[in-house]
Parts: sequence; C-alpha cells; structure tokens
Amino acid sequence: MSNILSPLGDTILKVENLKTYFPTRTGIFRAVDGVSFELKRGKTLCVVGESGSGKSVTARSILQIVDSPGRIEEGSIELTRADGSVTDLAKLDPRGKDIRSVRGKEIAMIFQEPMSSLSPVHRIGTQIGEALRIHFGTPKKEQRERVLELLRQVEIPRPETAIDRYTFEFSGGMRQRVMIAMALACNPQVLIADEPTTALDVTTQAEILDLIKKLQQSHGMAVLFITHDMGVVAEIADEVLVMYRGKVMERGPVEQIFHGPQDDYTRRLIGSVVKLEKKAEVRLARPEIPAAMPPLLDVKNLSLTFASGLKAVDDVSLVVRPGETLGIVGESGSGKTTMGRCLLRIYDPQAGAMSYRRPDGSTVDLRTADKSVLKDVRREVRMIFQDPVGSLSPRKTVGQIIAEPLKLAGMKGREVEDRVAELMRQVGLDPLWRERYPHSFSGGQRQRVGIARAIAVKPRLIIADEATSALDVSLRSQMLDLMMSLQDQLGLSYVFISHDMSVIRYICDRVAVMYRGKIVETGETDQVVHNPQHDYTRALLSAIPHPDPRDRRIHKRFRYDPTSTLPSTVSANG
Amino acid sequence: MASSDIPSPRARGEGQGEGQIPPTQTSAENRTAKFMLRYVLKRLVFAIPTLFAVSIIAFIIIQLPPGDYLTTLMADWASQGGAVEAGTVAAMRERYGLDQALYFQYYKWMWGILTQGDFGISFELGKPVTELIWNRLGFSLLLSVLTLCFVWAIAIPIGILSAVRQYSISDYFATFLAFFFLAVPDLLMALSAMYIMSTWFGQSVGGLFSPDYVDADWSFGKLIDFAGHVWLPVVVIGLGSLAALVRIMRANLLDELSKPYVTTARAKGMSEFELLIRYPVRLALNPLISTLGWILPAVISGEIIVSVVMSLPTTGPLLLRALLAQDMYLAGSLILLISVLTIIGTLISDILLALTDPRIRFQ
Repeated sequence: MSNILSPLGDTILKVENLKTYFPTRTGIFRAVDGVSFELKRGKTLCVVGESGSGKSVTARSILQIVDSPGRIEEGSIELTRADGSVTDLAKLDPRGKDIRSVRGKEIAMIFQEPMSSLSPVHRIGTQIGEALRIHFGTPKKEQRERVLELLRQVEIPRPETAIDRYTFEFSGGMRQRVMIAMALACNPQVLIADEPTTALDVTTQAEILDLIKKLQQSHGMAVLFITHDMGVVAEIADEVLVMYRGKVMERGPVEQIFHGPQDDYTRRLIGSVVKLEKKAEVRLARPEIPAAMPPLLDVKNLSLTFASGLKAVDDVSLVVRPGETLGIVGESGSGKTTMGRCLLRIYDPQAGAMSYRRPDGSTVDLRTADKSVLKDVRREVRMIFQDPVGSLSPRKTVGQIIAEPLKLAGMKGREVEDRVAELMRQVGLDPLWRERYPHSFSGGQRQRVGIARAIAVKPRLIIADEATSALDVSLRSQMLDLMMSLQDQLGLSYVFISHDMSVIRYICDRVAVMYRGKIVETGETDQVVHNPQHDYTRALLSAIPHPDPRDRRIHKRFRYDPTSTLPSTVSANG
Repeated sequence: MASSDIPSPRARGEGQGEGQIPPTQTSAENRTAKFMLRYVLKRLVFAIPTLFAVSIIAFIIIQLPPGDYLTTLMADWASQGGAVEAGTVAAMRERYGLDQALYFQYYKWMWGILTQGDFGISFELGKPVTELIWNRLGFSLLLSVLTLCFVWAIAIPIGILSAVRQYSISDYFATFLAFFFLAVPDLLMALSAMYIMSTWFGQSVGGLFSPDYVDADWSFGKLIDFAGHVWLPVVVIGLGSLAALVRIMRANLLDELSKPYVTTARAKGMSEFELLIRYPVRLALNPLISTLGWILPAVISGEIIVSVVMSLPTTGPLLLRALLAQDMYLAGSLILLISVLTIIGTLISDILLALTDPRIRFQ
C-alpha cells in the first residue's frame, strides 16, 4: 500500500468521449456512444442504467476487454500512473503487453456472477495469487502468505482451509468476497465493480457493499460501480452517471441526481423507483377484504423434506382469501419457491393439509388429491414464472403459447382465436403480434405473454414466482399495475413470491416472511413493513438499500443472528 | 468448530447461509486423496456387475449363429468330399462338451477362467486359448494406446486452433481434412497407405516386424524395427477417429471461450496464450477425457479390419477367424477380454476425470 498518495491531483482516470461499437450484420451497434467521466481517488462513481444501456461495455472498454467484435472507435481513457505519467489506454493494443500491465495491477475488476466468473477447477488460492505471479513474479510461498492476508481482509472465515477450496464449495456471498480478494491482490488504484451484488441476497449485498466501502477507505481506491439498482446508488455513490442506450443522460453528485434531476430519463428512473417505495395507490383506495370470508386456500402445517434430508418447507401454515394478494418473501434458500411449487403439487409435501375451496363451495385437500382432481384444480390455480425466456417455448408462436391451456380445456377453432386476441389485448399486447415467436419480444412483453397464458382459462388463484425479478425497474411497476388491474377485473387471488421487499410492499395485502423453510412472521403488509415483530424480518428490511442519499442506512442495519433464536436448527458459524 | 479458528465477529454474525465451509483439519492433499480413494473403490464395485453382464452377453453372442464348431467342421469335410459318420460326430460333441445345456457350458467356461485362468481350448487350433491370445492381446493393447496417444496429440492442437480461429481458412481446412479421413473406409486407407509406402518409398509394409525379427527375442534392433512398422497402422487407425475428437475439442473450447471466467483471467493481466492454456483449454479437456471410454472400443474394432489388411499379429484377425470357424471358446474369450479392456478404459477415464475435475471429486 505504498502508492496511495500521488503528487498529482485527485483524478486517476479520465474518460473522454468514449465510443465503443459492435459491428453487426445489420449495421453498427453503438453500445457506448460518447461517454465522458472522471474517477477520483477515494471516491465512488456509480454508473446506472437499465439493461442494454451500455454500462458494462463502458467498464470493459477501460480495460480493453470488450467481447469481440466490439472495439473502441474513438475517445481517450487517460490513466494517471503511480509515477505521475499519463497513459491513454484507448490507444493501447488490446492484446499487447502495455495494457496487460495495467489490468489487475492498476485497475482491477470484479464481475456480476461470482460463480461463473471464477474457474471451477482451480483452487481459489491459485486464482487469487495468480495476479501476483503475473505482475510481480512473487514466489509461491510469499504468494500464499499474501493470499491468506487478502482472505482475512475480505473476512472469509478460516482462511487457511478456504485457500485450498474450490469455488463451488462456497456460497454466493463468499464467492464474491473471493473475487474482491483477487481484485485487491496487487493494490490497484481503481476498482471497477460490474453489478457485483445483483446476484446476491439483500443481506449479503449489504455485507459486500460494506466491505467494498471499507476497503476503499483503507486502500484509497477510486471505485467505478455499475448497477441498475437506484437503492444501491443512493447508498454508496459520490457521483452518478446515468446511461441510456449508450449515451450519458445525466452526470452529477448523487444528491443532485436524486433530489434535483435535470434530465427526463433520470426523473422517470427515479420516479419508478420511488413509486415502489410505498403501497400501490389503487390498493390504498380498495376496501379491505373481510377476514371472516372463507379462505380460498388454507394451508396447515405443510412440510416437505427432500431426499437429501433438507427440510425445504417446515411446518408452514398460511391462508389465501378470495381476491387478495399474499406475498411470500424470503432470501435464496428460504424455501419460498419450493413452497409455491407444493401448492401446485409440482412437489409432493409429506405432511400437512392444503384445503382448497372449489367454486361450488366444496373443499379438497390438494396434498392428497388424486390425478383427476388435480387436473381440474390446475385449471383454476395457475403459475407465472420468473424467467420470461425459459418459460416460453421458442418453437411456438405467441398465439400458440397462449392458446395452449385453452386447447387443453377443450376449446376449438374460431373460439380459441377470439379468446387469444382478447387475452392479448387484456395484457397490453397487440393481437396482430400473435404470429411472432417469443424471441422477437422484449423481456417485459414476454412476461405479459406468460400472464396471458396464466389467465387464459379464467383461473381463481395465480402463483407468481419472482414474476418481476428479471425485469428492469421501470417495467416492474408496469407489470405489477397490470397484475393488479387483472385482479380487480377477474377477481383473482395471488400468491406473490419474491425476494424483493419493495415489490411485495407495492402489491401485497398480506405478507408471510420465510426463513429456512419456516414462516417466521405473517401479517398485514403495512404492519410487517413498519412494525416487524421477528428479528429476521427486521434484518431483512434494514438491509434493503433506500433510494435516498440523504438517508443512508444499510451500514447501520440490524443484523440477525439466528444462533440466538434458533439454536437447535442452525449450526454455529452458518 | 476448531478453537484455532479466529472468525471475525462480522463474519460470524452473517449466518445467512454464508460461509458454508465444513470444518476439516486435514490438509488439502489429504482431503483429495481420501475422496479419490472412496471414488475409485465405488467405481471398481460398479465395474463388477458390468463385467458379469458382459461375460453373459459374450457367451450368448457366440451361441447365436445356428450350429456349432462341429457343424462347420462337417460342412468343411463334406465340401472336400469326405463322409462323416453320425457316431463320430456324437462322440466329438460329447468330448467337447457341446451336448450339455448352455448354462452349464457357460458355468464351466467361467469357472475355468475364474479359478485357473483357463479360457478353454481352441477347437480349430487345438491349443489352449490362453496360449494363443496373450501375445496378441499385448500387441492389440499397445497398438490401441499408441493410436490414442497419436490421435490426442494431433486432435487437441487442431481442435484448439479451429476454435480460436473459428471460421478461418485454417479452421475450414482442418475440419475438411478430419472429415475426409472419417469418410474414407479403414480398408481403403490401409491399402493405399501400404501401396504408397511400398512402391514409392520401398518400405517393408505389413506386419509389425520385418521377417528377420518376427521370431527373434526383444532387442534394441527389434524395437527400432517395431517402431518403423507400427507407425503406419497407428496413423491409419488414428486418422479415422481424428474427426470426432477434433470436433469435440473445438465445440468444448468454443463453449468455454465465451465463459465469464475467461474475462476475469484477462482482467488480471494474463497473456492471451497463457490464459488460453490455463483456463478454457484446461476445462475443455475434461469432456475429452470422458471420450476415452468410447474411443478405446472404437480403436479396437477399427483395428480388426486394418490388422487383417496389414497382417498385424493382433487379436483382430484371430477373432475374425474364430468367429468364422465358430471356434466358441476362442471367440468368446476374445470378445470377453476386449470388453474387459473397454470397461477398464472407462474406469481409467472416470478416474482421470475425477483427478482433473474437483467438481466430480467432491460432489
């Protein structure tokens, strides 16, 4: 940590009018189109934008690691070296020695997917130590010492054991710590973080953000942080660069971006985030659903243990009333998806009861129901999936996809056509598009197709598993609004499964918080959000980044220690 | 939890499914050795029922054609104008045990193999099967291993080149050549190779040795002579399976090249060549190792035709002859041993794969 202080000014990296283009068959795609910014020592610049805005390509252009056929067309990237000289990285040969001496040594980068961004067949110690070998020719023994020190810095427990392990033996958060240790190996001046917390749970995200902040302070690094999450931006940024379709829409201090945005796009972006900060207006106005109404679905003491011995669903009880939205919130591994699948009997729970009220008023226990009953019930209970790409067959036209459940229900010919057109209009798609294939639709449109398919046979209950998680924030609220208007039109009930508290808060009447297979808290959404009873809920809520730079709070968050409340089920140290 | 561990208070508090490292006191090498031992033992246990099944199938296959060795023998005698008395045939059938029930014949055969290493007697040649095949089996194995080494040595670099320079002239050229050799029948390739070598280069072709050395004891001279002969069949057999391996290597590597960890390594400042070899090529080799299981039988069966054409002293020609003559024990033993080799090949590939890929070892 010798070169923290440089005699020259504070700017380490100066990007001027950067243009990175991808030649394609149909013409040139301008991924980055005239971007300029400066990175200052010890400061964090957040680049924010929706998917496809060119923020990742901008970051990769700095290190000249843009995927082929992309290349820098124009502009300069001036790096002030430790000795005070200035190098224009844009002029260097992407395969040459000069740029390689910058990569990893002066500018290091961490990536979004800690799993696939690390090699599964090399020990983590080897992967971390490699940068030392490349840049300083550090001998093996010294390398190991330094790697152990790095692992300690990123707070990986038991570094002596961890150093010889493989990536797949770690959890997502630990893998991202390994990535950070790797980036820090040569004490870089600049750290580029490309969506480093997007694949992580909120509590893990909070830990990683804390860690980056701490290391930035102790190392005096400049951080370029790429994210699509305005909450994260508000929590960590000093300066913000808003990108849209390769261009900079607005650039300025974080305070100005959030509280005095100049640009329309920025305003809309902030607006769609702030909109999700409270309950949807249509829901506020709606009369409450009487608690005395007989429930549509009454789940009691449901348990599912996988063959591996994992108790995925552990004694879960919940109630869904007609016309309401029940949220199930929890982090990855909490069992919320498994829970949702049990409701449709995609999995067979071993114990408990799921009594479902049929339209004629009779009830059936879905857990023990036979095939013919299930077949009927599955027409009334439908599912919407997270992945709008994977859940639609690429070989069928959108019309065929929506018509599928109708045909299964015995509808034929002209009637099907009319119903498909009606459904497409209902979810905001032009019926003329029915002959198109899913790949020609955007993510949001594809999710609309999924919804149209789900409501095709007039269901009564829809289980939406992370239905909006893959969508950009501006599309997210649109999708939720659509789901609520369909709920009012068709009298639907939803079980809305999500890890995203803001989405839950926006759409759900009641919410159940899941943690390690158990429901730790259930209640009215307002009450759970504003007055959480269980410590885990408190920890979860306090780890959510708040989109207001004046009210940074995740570093003061409440940490939940399960050992104190659940000593018998959770082993010490995770 | 070990008392020597000093987890920071922060790390302890996170407990949200993070830090799932099982406490182990053993060193990394020890851990690997333990897992490997368990893995190999498990594989060995699985190999036993497979071997048993293979022996039954081998026995059934050789019983499938109508008749037995004696019918073939009689047909031979009859075609030479000799008459056979029915009594003689019955006596011979009894002598060879051919009048017994099939399961009993199988039992006798297996019992002999398992207890005394006795594979029975070749009817046609009148010698114990063991005496006939061990020598040839050795040459077959040697030829197969040499061929495998040759194919891998050629296929891997070509595959890498084709992937790294995808859709370039060299990619198309390598692909064209590989498919060309795949399309040319072994028989034709063997004949043309022999023709070219003997007429244009005046080399002695056919067999694995020059006539002077065939019956000589092993010596340095014999080894040189062997090397001078063996390369031609190795090339002929090897070129046939080249295409498959080149394509597998190319496809594997293309998959790996676009993986994010390649970008990570590049961002560390690694040179392009080192990067290629250390990361994507290393990972692309794993699926290639698993092809060992089926490449070995392919090489052995490809060897039969080539060996007949080039008159090599391997098991191929012997097997062909035994099958034609319905020489039951000889054919059965050969099929059995070749199958065993295949199973061993698969076992070796499994073990190699576990050694090179920790995901297999630890999951």
